[in-house]
Amino acid sequence: MAHAEGPQHSILPKSDMARAEKHQQHPISVYLWIWGLLFVISMFSYLVDYLQFQGYLRWSLIIVFMLLKAGLIVAIFMHMAWERLALVYAILVPTSALLILIGLMSLEGDYTFQTRGTYFSPSPEVVKHK
Amino acid sequence: MTNSGVLAPAEGLQGVVADWSSDQLAFKKVPWGKAMMWIFLLSDTFIFTIFLISYMTVRMSTEVPWPSTTELFALTIGGHHVPLLLIAIMTFILISSSGTMAMAVKFGYEKNKKITAILLVVTALFGATFVGMQAFEWTKLIVVDGIRPWGNHLGASQFGATFFMITGFHGFHVSVGVIFLLIVARKVWRGDLDHERPGFLTGRKGNYEMVEIMGLYWHFVDLVWVFIFAFFYLW
Repeated sequence: MAHAEGPQHSILPKSDMARAEKHQQHPISVYLWIWGLLFVISMFSYLVDYLQFQGYLRWSLIIVFMLLKAGLIVAIFMHMAWERLALVYAILVPTSALLILIGLMSLEGDYTFQTRGTYFSPSPEVVKHK
Repeated sequence: MTNSGVLAPAEGLQGVVADWSSDQLAFKKVPWGKAMMWIFLLSDTFIFTIFLISYMTVRMSTEVPWPSTTELFALTIGGHHVPLLLIAIMTFILISSSGTMAMAVKFGYEKNKKITAILLVVTALFGATFVGMQAFEWTKLIVVDGIRPWGNHLGASQFGATFFMITGFHGFHVSVGVIFLLIVARKVWRGDLDHERPGFLTGRKGNYEMVEIMGLYWHFVDLVWVFIFAFFYLW
């Protein structure tokens, strides 16, 4: 059942193969630091709610802490910082296309909200709120 | 690389072009399984993002006020009412499991069988705790607060639908991850990866790359929770 290897094994001699698949080896302090950092950032994002920040301050803090955490997990824990760009782009470029969908759907959501306010409003106050 | 007659792969943008235009193998220097796990995670990213975008759309378009997650997920401990505490604890548990997972990968490549297996089991325990707390959260929401997928008395009826869908799908991922973690831990403990013993399902030879591939999946589950925490619970 040794057929399940990748197709690459036939191309290069054994010695090159061994070099081609370098394992990710990083000192344990890297992981411990990132672990601690994730704890601290999570604490901060919890504090945003605990201290009841509101408005733009709340939204921007939530987004910043979220992106920081996501970046650290992907870059360090998932080792993406050390991968070749061909793999990095294969993952990140399609993902960034989702930003367009977010933009489109927020337009759509806003439009639906205004339509409901105009035509299906339960009471006059809701219309005045806009 | 001087004696083998093989050129060192190009770096930077030129490397991207060279890798993608080369014969047969676009993802160089990574094990095949790892590249494929990344591709799977990419598709999973799309699924979760589409769930979150649907949530954004219905939340933006409803005129009924959204239930306050701060109050809904509060816990009362020793007479103190702490908002959103349950979710904060779940977040810290999942982050802890990510830390132990990352170290399991490291010790795996050092062929330290015992510590790798222990760390994997600890990760699985954190994961199981997370799922347990989620079961508690769901029970409270359904039984005490009367939230249903089709409506609730606290506000917008879309709340229940998106909540159960998104956290349910994430909890399912965690549960599957716990099972996989236990399977990989057993493989490590028995020495399957040292002796390249074929797996029972695919017949692939065991090696320590499996631990890293398992780790990619587990970190992804944590990653998704970061976004759910921010958009669903904090927003």
